[in-house]
Amino acid sequence: MEINLLLLFMIFAAIVAVEIEDLLSSVIAMGAVGLGLSLAFLILKAPDLAITQLVVEILCLIILIRATINKDLPLVKDGRWLFNTTATLTFVGLFLIFAYFALKDLPQFGAPIMRVAKDYIASGLEKTGAANLVASVVLDFRVYDTLGEATVLFTAAIGVLAVIRKVGRINANKKNE
Amino acid sequence: MPIKKMNREKESNNKGMTLIVKTITRLTVGLILLYGIYLVLHGHISPGGGFAGGVIIALSFIHLMLAFGKDFAFKKLSETKTHILESIGALLFLTIALLGLSGGYFFLNFLSRGEPFKLFSAGTIPLCNIAISIKVAAGLFAIFVALVLFKGLREE
Repeated sequence: MEINLLLLFMIFAAIVAVEIEDLLSSVIAMGAVGLGLSLAFLILKAPDLAITQLVVEILCLIILIRATINKDLPLVKDGRWLFNTTATLTFVGLFLIFAYFALKDLPQFGAPIMRVAKDYIASGLEKTGAANLVASVVLDFRVYDTLGEATVLFTAAIGVLAVIRKVGRINANKKNE
Repeated sequence: MPIKKMNREKESNNKGMTLIVKTITRLTVGLILLYGIYLVLHGHISPGGGFAGGVIIALSFIHLMLAFGKDFAFKKLSETKTHILESIGALLFLTIALLGLSGGYFFLNFLSRGEPFKLFSAGTIPLCNIAISIKVAAGLFAIFVALVLFKGLREE
């Protein structure tokens, strides 16, 4: 029941974020979507995910506000609305057709397939000694995924630092001299 | 003498936000940092973990930078230091993984498991949490600093 209300709230906030004129209000509406997602994780009893979602949402909100405030970004509104609307409707229709066939075979909501996870839940505590089962899965059973995630974040930070630097380090040194 | 002091206060006020924000920040920023460290160290016992704790640690430094201006924040954690810390975090994580090779395979949990629900338990999991938190905190702070400085460059 609560989860349906939250989903409706998130869909409403997402539509507001897309349709509103003011850029700052749009960013705030995005934050509302993230907060709703965090509450949804809490209701579905995943506190680890809820903490991470809330914290990352706050960081994204700060960065987006710093990036969008005081900046007059042009809003593209002209032309080609016929093509755009047709393309959107076509892809929404295709998605619905494939979803009708694909979603029938998925397990019921709240009743996942527990083939491998059954073993993790049964033997996680004695095999790793970690009381938090999420930590034992993320940092012991599936630690290769965590290594990949860490690599992705490292590469992303280096990429941001390389792309956003307007003046190269050599030129900046020359300018100071 | 008072005029000089007033001038200096004015200069320092120009860099950040108002006095109200600065006072509240001085009271809260330590608690935020402490909560991040708590989440990291207790990641294997209670909800939390390296990623969430690292983001909260980065947020405490971002809080400082927003309230007091970039010079004050760089005095606590300079840009070069963030780059070094990020690399150290990544290398620490890989080192823990490679040390597992001494017992047989990559990422082996080679330390003793200890007693569950104690702080010193679960082998290498807390160490991995600490390494990830250092990496995440330094990396996200470096991204934020890059965006802020980029904006400043353009304004000039």
